[in-house]
Amino acid sequence: MKITLSVNGEERSADVEPRRLLVHLLRDDLGLTGTNVGCDTSSCGACTVLMDGESVKSCTVLAAQADGHEVTTIEGLAALAPARAAVGAGEASGDGDASALHPMQQAFHEQHGLQCGFCTPGMVMAAVSLLAENPHPTEAEVRLGLEGNLCRCTGYHNIVRSVLAAAGELPKSEEVPA
Amino acid sequence: MGILGSRVPRVEDPRLLTHGGTYCADVGDRRLAGAVHATYVRSTVAHARLLAVDVDAARTFPGVVDAVVGDDVDLAPIPGWFNPAMTRTHLARDRVRFAGEPLAVVLTERPDQGEDAAEAVAVEYEPLPALVDPIAALSTDVRLFPEVGTNLVCEFGAPPGDGPNALDDCEVVVRQRLVNQRVAACPLEVRSSAAAWVDGRLHAWCSTQNPHGVRGALAGLYGLDEADVAVVAPDVGGGFGAKIDLHPEDLLLPWLSRRCGRPVRWVETRSENLQAMVQGRAQVQDVAIGGRRDGTIEAYQLSIVQDAGAYPTMGAYLPMMTRSMAAGTYGIPVVEAHARVVVTTTPPIGAYRGAGRPEATAAIERAVDLFAAEVDMDPAEVRRCNLLSRFDQPVTTPTGETYDCGDYPAALERALAAAGYDELRAEQRRRRRRGDHVALGIGIAAYVEVTAGPSGGSEFARVEVRPRVDADGPDGVDVVVATGSSPHGQGLDTAFAMVVADGLGVPIERIEVRHGDTDAIPRGAGTMGSRSLQLGGSAVRGAAIDVVHRARKVAAELLEAALDDVELDAAAGTFRVIGTPAVTRTWADVAAAADRQGTPLAADHDFQVAHPTYPFGVHVAVVEVDTETGDVRLVRLVACDDAGRILNPLLAHGQRHGGLAQGAAQALYEHVAFDALGNPMTATFADYPIVSAAELPSFELVDLETPTWVNALGAKGIGESGTIGSTPAVHNAVCDALAHIGVRHIDMPCTPATVWRAIRETGRMSTSGP
Repeated sequence: MKITLSVNGEERSADVEPRRLLVHLLRDDLGLTGTNVGCDTSSCGACTVLMDGESVKSCTVLAAQADGHEVTTIEGLAALAPARAAVGAGEASGDGDASALHPMQQAFHEQHGLQCGFCTPGMVMAAVSLLAENPHPTEAEVRLGLEGNLCRCTGYHNIVRSVLAAAGELPKSEEVPA
Repeated sequence: MGILGSRVPRVEDPRLLTHGGTYCADVGDRRLAGAVHATYVRSTVAHARLLAVDVDAARTFPGVVDAVVGDDVDLAPIPGWFNPAMTRTHLARDRVRFAGEPLAVVLTERPDQGEDAAEAVAVEYEPLPALVDPIAALSTDVRLFPEVGTNLVCEFGAPPGDGPNALDDCEVVVRQRLVNQRVAACPLEVRSSAAAWVDGRLHAWCSTQNPHGVRGALAGLYGLDEADVAVVAPDVGGGFGAKIDLHPEDLLLPWLSRRCGRPVRWVETRSENLQAMVQGRAQVQDVAIGGRRDGTIEAYQLSIVQDAGAYPTMGAYLPMMTRSMAAGTYGIPVVEAHARVVVTTTPPIGAYRGAGRPEATAAIERAVDLFAAEVDMDPAEVRRCNLLSRFDQPVTTPTGETYDCGDYPAALERALAAAGYDELRAEQRRRRRRGDHVALGIGIAAYVEVTAGPSGGSEFARVEVRPRVDADGPDGVDVVVATGSSPHGQGLDTAFAMVVADGLGVPIERIEVRHGDTDAIPRGAGTMGSRSLQLGGSAVRGAAIDVVHRARKVAAELLEAALDDVELDAAAGTFRVIGTPAVTRTWADVAAAADRQGTPLAADHDFQVAHPTYPFGVHVAVVEVDTETGDVRLVRLVACDDAGRILNPLLAHGQRHGGLAQGAAQALYEHVAFDALGNPMTATFADYPIVSAAELPSFELVDLETPTWVNALGAKGIGESGTIGSTPAVHNAVCDALAHIGVRHIDMPCTPATVWRAIRETGRMSTSGP
C-alpha cells in the first residue's frame, strides 16, 4: 500500500506491506539509520521517534499508521531546536563540522549522557517528549518517564542529569558533570 | 599537568547525537552490495537427539537463496575450552544441547523474508532429559557428551580434604551456600556481523570488542594468512565481555558467503540474543569462614561449581580469576579456593563485566557479613579489623596474587563517612524500635580487583603528525592516532586524544583517534578486562614521546642547534633552544620540514607490561525493604573507587555509574531462568528484568587515587569496578534489613517474592524488637 508522510520536514512516499513497521521504513527504506532496533517486545525504546511531536516506539507503529503524519527522528532533531546551542569552542565535533545542536543534544554532550550511543537517539527523543509534556520534572519524574528507554552503559545517572540540565532543573552548583 | 585530569567532554558525541552511530547493521560498504541476509533456526528444546532438519519447505518461500543444515557444514568443529572433546559444531548436527542452539540457517534477499522462511524449517527431535542445575550435573546420569563420559569440564585446585584443616582451629566457623546467579549481558546492540570475499581476501564486519582477535580466529578457521583477512569493528553498541569472542553464528558467515557466492549479513533479534549469546556468572559457591570471637578472620575456604553452559568456552576459564582474587582485601592467613566446571543444557557462559572477579568479591563479602553476624559485631568493624593496611609495595596473597598498591582502610573510611554510616545505623535502630514495617538495610562491600589481568599485556599505537594546509596556506598540524584498543562506549577517542594533546602540545581538536580496522592498524588486543587506558593509553603515550623525539631532531636542524639543546614547550606547542625561548619553531614548521625530507613524523609503539593492576574500593548500599510485601528499593549507593590516576573524571565516573547499575541489578532483579525442561523463562526484554532508570537512584561517587607504579600513567583499570563492589553491597544491605527478624541469608536476586518468602519462613511476623 502506498503511504505518504513527512519525515524530518520532508515529504516521503513509500509502497509498503501492511505489516511493515515504521522503524524498518525509516531505517531500511529511507536510510535514516540513527533510529535503532534494540529488542522485539517494544521494551527498550531504542526505536523512539516523535510522531506529531509526541514520542512513539517506532517498532510498535505500523508504517501505514504513520501515513499522513509528521515523524521526527534524531537526524531531524537539531532543526527543531527553539534556540540553537552550538558545540562549544574547544570541543572537537568528530565530523569536523560544528553544527548546531538541540538543547537536549547539547545537554547529553555536556553531562556525558551517552557512552556507546546505541540507546541515545531513542533516549534523546523520549526525553524531548518528556520535557514537552512536563517542562520542569523532578528527578523521580524523569526516571519514571524514561522507564521505557533502556541503557546498559550509563547506569542512567548522567542521562537523568542531562534531562534535568536541559530543563534548567540542575542546581547551578551541580551543573558541572558529576 | 595540563589537560590530563580534567573533565573533557567527548569528541565521540556530536556524531552519535546527531547522525547516530554506524553499527554493524547500518554499515553501507559497497563490498556488501547485493548481500543476502542470514536467519538462524534454533532449537526449541534444551536437550535432544536431532533426528531430522527439513529445509525443503523453507526453500520454496519468497526470497530464499539457500538453506543450510548442520550436516552441510564442513568446517572444523570448535573444541571445548579445557576439554577439547566437548566440541561444538557451528550448526547442531546429531544433538542439540541448549534451547536456542542454531541448527539451520536460511539465506534470503531481505531480512523479513528470512523470518518467514525460518518458521517453515521442520525439525524432528528425540528429547533427552534436560540438565539445568550445575550441582546435579556432578552426579546425574544425564550426559551432554556421552562419549566424554562426564559433565565435568575441568577442575582448578583441590577440594578441602577430609583431614584436618585451618578451620578446625577456629573459635567460630560459618558456612553458607551462595548462588551467584546467571545473568545476561544485554548490550543494547545485539550481535551482528557481515562477511564478503573480495579478490581472495575475506572482509568481515563485526560487532566485536576485539577486531584483531576476530582476524586471527577467522584466519585460523578458514586456513588463511592474517594478511588475507580484513576485519572492521564499526561502532559497537556495548559489549560487556560478551562480544570478546565470535559466536558460531558469526564464524559461519564466511562459509555461507563462499557457498552462495554473495556477501552475507546477519543481525539477530533480542530474543535470540537472550537465548544464545554467552551469558554471565552462574557459580554455586560454598563458603566457609572461620576466626576468633574478637572479629579476627583466620581462614576462608571457597568451593565453586561453575556452570559453563552447554559448550565450555570462556566461562570455563573464569573460575581461575575467582580463585586468584578469592582473598579480597583482607589479610586472612589461610585462603583456599577450588573450582569444578560443569556443562548443563543451557546457553554457554562467557565473560560479563568483571568476568570471575565479581564472583570472588560477592562470596567473601557475604561471608564476612555472615561472620560478623555470628560474632555479633558491626560489619564495618569486622572489616576494619581484617583489611590489609595501606601498602605501596607489592603484597602477595595466599592465593598467589601480587597486588600492586592499595589503601583499603582509606576507601572504607571515606565510603562510610560519605554514607553517614553512624546515622544510618541510628535510623535503622529507630525503625526497629517503633516496629516500622519498612526496614532499613545497610550493606558494605570492600573489593579489590585485577585489571589487565591475569598477567598484564601489550598494546599497539601509532602517532603521526602531518602539516595541514588550507586555502590560506599552512594551518598548523593534524595528528592521527591509531590504537589497537577497540572502544565500544568507553570514550577512548577522547582519552587518547588527551594523552597526545598533553604530550605534544597540539590542541585536542586537531587530534583524530582511529581504531577498529585491521587493515589500517597492524596489531591490537581489543578492549576488555579494563585494560585499554592503562595499556592502550601507555602505548599512545609511548608513541607520542617517540614522535616528539623525532620532531626534536628536525627542529634541531631548523634551529641549527644540538639535539640535546632543543626542547618541546608542550604548553605552547613549539620547539625552542633551551635558554633562548624567543627563537622557536612550530609543529607546522617541523612537520613540513620532515615531509620535505621524506621522513614523516610518525612513530609506532608497542607497550608491554608483565604486571596487572589492582583497583579497589568500598561500596555502601542503603535499601528499604517492605516486610509486608517483600518489595526492595535501593535508596542510596555510595561508591568509593580507586583506579590510580584518573585522566578524565567524566569518563571514569561514567564507567563507574554503568558498573554500579549492573551490579545492583544482579543483587535485586536480574536472573536468567529456565524451567525444569530447560526452557528459557527470560528470553525477551518483557521477561528478563533488565534494570531501568526507574529502579535506580543517582549514585554517590567518592574519589580516591592511589597511583600505581606499574605504568608511567599511574593508571589502573576502572571499567569493571562498579559491578564488583555493588552486587555484594546491595545484597548485604537486603540481608541486613531483615537480620532482626531472623532472616540469615537470602539468595540473589532479592526479588519481592524471594524476600517475602524468607520473612514468612522465619515464622516471626513481628518487625519490632532491637
